[in-house]
Amino acid sequence: MSGWARHEGLAVALDRENVDTDQLIPARFMSTPRAEGYGRFLLHDLRFDAGGAPVPSFVLNRAPGASVLVTRRNFGSGSSREAAVYALVDYGIRAVLAPSFGDIFASNAVNNGLLPARIEADAADALIAALGQGTAPATIDLAAGTATVGDTTLPFALDPVWREKLINGWDDIDLTRHHAAAIAAYRARLAADRAWAIPRGEHAR
Amino acid sequence: MTARTLLDKLWDAHEILRRADGASLLWVDRHLVHEGSHHAFGKIAERGLPVAEPGLTFGVVDHYAPTRGGPATPAIARMIATLEANAAAHGIRLFGLTDPGQGIVHVIGPEQGLTLPGLLINCGDSHTSTHGAFGALAFGIGATEVAHVLATQTIWQKRPAAMRITVDGRLGPGVGAKDLALAWIARLGADGARGHAIEYAGTAVRALSMEGRMTLCNLSIEGGARFGLIAPDETTFAYLKGRPHAPAGADWDRAVADWAALPSDPDAVFAREVTLDAAEIAPIVTWGTSPEEALPVTATVPDPAGLPPADAARVQASLDYMGLVPGRPLTSVAIDRVFIGSCTNARIEDLRAAAAVLAGRTSRVPGLVSPGSQAVKAQAEAEGLDRIFAQAGLDWVGAGCSMCVAMNGDSVGAGERCASSTNRNFRGRQGRDARTHLMSPAMVAAAAVTGHLADVRPLLAGRDAA
Repeated sequence: MSGWARHEGLAVALDRENVDTDQLIPARFMSTPRAEGYGRFLLHDLRFDAGGAPVPSFVLNRAPGASVLVTRRNFGSGSSREAAVYALVDYGIRAVLAPSFGDIFASNAVNNGLLPARIEADAADALIAALGQGTAPATIDLAAGTATVGDTTLPFALDPVWREKLINGWDDIDLTRHHAAAIAAYRARLAADRAWAIPRGEHAR
Repeated sequence: MTARTLLDKLWDAHEILRRADGASLLWVDRHLVHEGSHHAFGKIAERGLPVAEPGLTFGVVDHYAPTRGGPATPAIARMIATLEANAAAHGIRLFGLTDPGQGIVHVIGPEQGLTLPGLLINCGDSHTSTHGAFGALAFGIGATEVAHVLATQTIWQKRPAAMRITVDGRLGPGVGAKDLALAWIARLGADGARGHAIEYAGTAVRALSMEGRMTLCNLSIEGGARFGLIAPDETTFAYLKGRPHAPAGADWDRAVADWAALPSDPDAVFAREVTLDAAEIAPIVTWGTSPEEALPVTATVPDPAGLPPADAARVQASLDYMGLVPGRPLTSVAIDRVFIGSCTNARIEDLRAAAAVLAGRTSRVPGLVSPGSQAVKAQAEAEGLDRIFAQAGLDWVGAGCSMCVAMNGDSVGAGERCASSTNRNFRGRQGRDARTHLMSPAMVAAAAVTGHLADVRPLLAGRDAA
């Protein structure tokens, strides 16, 4: 995963609360190999009718090409399916601005270079009203912790751990392998301190 | 030494190191994988990495498990075959379709004694919070994190804030853990516990069986909490003793001594405290498309008129999707089918509760009953519950996630209304344009025999509520 510090693109508003991961990607698409791309599944049942035709009134169909999504509270709630993030990323979304996110979704987002930026509910209201069914130029500055949508620049909240990770494009497995000695020492203590924590049975080793 | 919460004790015991920025590297005692873990196995394969601790990793076929006959489509068969191949390649114990231990991951972990107090348990599934019912630090993770656990047997995580939900008093007849969970989620919101680990406490929680405690912890994520916890006690130990993978002999005694030290210290401080009175909780049903959109079954469909504009728009959107008319009694809402199953409510106690209502009665609508595991299925059949369901006209099928997540081909048709013992009433969760009402298994049974949303309590008159 490559890091990024600044993004310029187009913002669009998704005027809904509780956009859960089942809406972000319906479960029936999740057996698809990632290599085939997940962008076409993003918000599938809102974007496409039962016959597969685009719903003309849906905002992503009216305003294609968006890379910044402004939405309401509890975005990405529900299942831990990272496929919800794959759908956003493969579609081209780089940042989501919302008053709150599902905890697991937010972790998954950062692991895939997608920014879950928390903004005040009032700020979300104002941006959603200003965007309406259209788009506006948007700039995200990760180091400064600000988002600019149209004429409005506002701060967003982001855990500093996640900010560093997004900017550096860190891979946790590589980072963790630097701590191999500490992990091995913990593993050695486990058998003495909590022997009962090693599963019993014919398949335990 | 400062007073510590159950969360603190679990965290401290698993923390290998903590970075200056506050992120902890935690040891993972149990890693549970399923068909959906294919992305993660693919990630470690790309890097040529082995599974670090195959003996602490357990696989199960559940999300795509067929409940009647073979896999419904080639894509579903491929998902199962991929898990089987990955388990074989890495030497991971797999609870496959023909294994008598197979079932939903959050049902079989405890059943097998793999879930224990004091452990850290990860699974690529948000309902991993279920295992917290045993006093384990258990939380759902995404595919990148699953790959990390496979490769290192550790996970990076920041310690959440501790929150305690205390429920004192006694739950009324026909009211159970599902109602308790939906009650707090309706009050605090679907993101009400975001960023927190919830510890459930109080006399009503202590009085719950392990099955009830699992239901309560399972639904923590529907209120936004990645972690749900209940301190272990004699009920916990009695459930676990003698389970296939649970400690035995001297290990058991040592374990129980360690587990007895886990409960939060009396003067431990929680960042948030919430209290509920068990006696005030009625049987609850959801009416909307988020678990927070829930009301006592005795209420009426909410009316957007008179609400602030933002709330009115949300409520109206939910009512439009659900096809409901404001102001009508919830008990007037006719249903098309029922489903009893899922990691939330498919354990033996759940099936007994539904059967207590269904015995000698007929369902007015079609429906599925999917036990949470093959062991639950065998137990239910030994008790004759399968015959009660069949005589009521419901299909008694195999174990798996089934119609809760609609990945295996079991789904609710477009526009159909389903009374469901599951965990999510999200749009499209049980099938495109399906309408889901969440409720307890007993309440699903009540809906089945009446053909509409119904209060189970009168139907239990003169019966043992099981």
